[in-house]
Amino acid sequence: MEKILEVKDLKVSFQTYGGQVQAVRGVSFDLHKGETLAIVGESGSGKSVTSQTIMKLIPMPPGQITGGQILFNGDDIVPKSEKEMENIRGKEISMIFQDPMTSLNPTMRVGTQIMEVLIKHQNMSKQEAKKRATELLRLVGIPMPEKRVVQYPHEFSGGMRQRAMIAIALAASPKLLIADEPTTALDVTIQAQILDLMKELQNKMDTSIIFITHDLGVVANVADRVAVMYAGQIVEMGTVDEIFYDPRHPYTWGLLASMPSLENDNDAELAAIPGTPPDLTNPPKGDAFAARNQYALAIDFEEEPPMFQISETHFAKTWLLHPDAPQVNPPESVMKRIRKLSSNFEKPVLVKEGK
Amino acid sequence: MAEKLLQIKNLKQHFNVGKPNMVKAVDGITFDIYKGETLGLVGESGCGKSTTGRTIIRLYDATDGEVLFENENVHGKKSAKELKKFNRKMQMIFQDPYASLNPRMTVADIIAEGIDIHGLASSKKERMEKVYELLETVGLNKEHANRYPHEFSGGQRQRIGIARALAVDPEFIIADEPISALDVSIQAQVVNLMKKLQREKGLTYLFIAHDLSMVKYISDRIGVMYFGKLVELASAEDLYNNPIHPYTQSLLSAIPLPDPESERTRKRKSYDPAVHNYASDEKIEMREVAPGHYVYCSEKELKQYQAQYKH
Repeated sequence: MEKILEVKDLKVSFQTYGGQVQAVRGVSFDLHKGETLAIVGESGSGKSVTSQTIMKLIPMPPGQITGGQILFNGDDIVPKSEKEMENIRGKEISMIFQDPMTSLNPTMRVGTQIMEVLIKHQNMSKQEAKKRATELLRLVGIPMPEKRVVQYPHEFSGGMRQRAMIAIALAASPKLLIADEPTTALDVTIQAQILDLMKELQNKMDTSIIFITHDLGVVANVADRVAVMYAGQIVEMGTVDEIFYDPRHPYTWGLLASMPSLENDNDAELAAIPGTPPDLTNPPKGDAFAARNQYALAIDFEEEPPMFQISETHFAKTWLLHPDAPQVNPPESVMKRIRKLSSNFEKPVLVKEGK
Repeated sequence: MAEKLLQIKNLKQHFNVGKPNMVKAVDGITFDIYKGETLGLVGESGCGKSTTGRTIIRLYDATDGEVLFENENVHGKKSAKELKKFNRKMQMIFQDPYASLNPRMTVADIIAEGIDIHGLASSKKERMEKVYELLETVGLNKEHANRYPHEFSGGQRQRIGIARALAVDPEFIIADEPISALDVSIQAQVVNLMKKLQREKGLTYLFIAHDLSMVKYISDRIGVMYFGKLVELASAEDLYNNPIHPYTQSLLSAIPLPDPESERTRKRKSYDPAVHNYASDEKIEMREVAPGHYVYCSEKELKQYQAQYKH
């Protein structure tokens, strides 16, 4: 399959009074055409910064890309100027934000906000753009679009605003759509509608999606592949089945175990991950997760674990996969999920540095 | 069945009464809360679940109906002394741990505010000892007492909010979306803490949330609200295995589960209030479909629901 995006060893930091915060510490992944990659992790894990860097939306300064490449269609966008980025944003790559209440302009009619994109990127005339804006609103499932197109955002409900945002994001048929927690502020029933809508539109337009969320239920619903982030690094990445049925990293275990499942009996205590994420102004030596990890080995406090490859598509950054590591069993609730996947290599393979 | 701690009878909370924009946020709901149990209240935003909680604790004056706490009405005219008595027994934990702690007060003063108001400590030393003890109970430590809220993370702040609620030794705690603003890994910590405190102190909870999997985990019974009405009330297990009201069914079918296989085959149901097709003379009320399982329905629907109930 065609690769649309390749992120290579991306490093982003922010200059603050407290020192330099290393928000993203060497992230690499790629994205194929028409694929959905979910990035999961806690707040502060760097998932939003990673995605905003792809659109170069982080304020510089205080933000700074300190290393790495972002190849979009083979073209590195890191050195691109603000002017060049304007031709990419909204046209090639667009974004849906978490909060539909604050990310629409309250003083502009919804239709005008969609038309803006069309007039700038598609060179449409005002009339054409208005017609297309109405069509787009219909496409995202807003009833009576002729009436809605001249209304203001405050006249829309939360779910409707999120639909309008999706209409704006898709107006110029972008190749890549970044959705940063698009359903977190919505109710479950509305969330289900928005997720269905995004999947439907993806099928129609063959868009690639980067979906950022912390809800593992949503991940299971939308993702083809999943990247789990912790403290500015991807600690595990694989297909959705590999992450949910054969997780290898203790942090992924922790995330899966801390969610109550509907079939669980209620007497067992939830396996919470103790403590809080580390301070990234001064990342800990060794494995950043070690302090919260009940499976931590002595080496975790000394040396950062390398990436191991479990199958063609499955990677995990933990010393537990080293041939000399002791055999450990994940928490019970995770054990229940585990299945043998046929695509696995016989043994985890160490991924060489710099690849 | 255990003793009833709270009886909510035909509670109504209407805003802007008499104006064209009148909102019936809570429109005649009736339920009981038993001693020592956790009652979960779920529903979409705007369904009136938070208003219900706030009206029970008298943050709003009820439009109609009564709330009986140990057989005494919470609402109605009360002297300052009587109100104080209720306030000691009922406490609240709020959704947003960032907005619900006064940024200009130290943690010790926030937690001890209730102790001061109710005069529960006879000396400064005793007051501080109580604060230290509470901090320990919620998993923080002594050194945190003299800090300010901005020095804490979301999960820690929620722990402070819990300590504040516990300071006056309440019997009943209303938790309004206490974990919605927290990260997944931290949510489990707070829920575990709440369960532990319930075991140790015999607390009764009203747990308001929209995250249904967490509600099922923590609750003994669950009430589902829709547009100001309670549409279904049953034990947590029963509600998940045997959802009767079409709205409950649609709500349950919308929760994404962390299991890719079930997600691929997920069938979503949508709820259309028109399915009921009530005649104008039909009486719609909470009816018992199976023991302990109540559904808001008409006489005709009751028969149909009883037939479809799986045993």
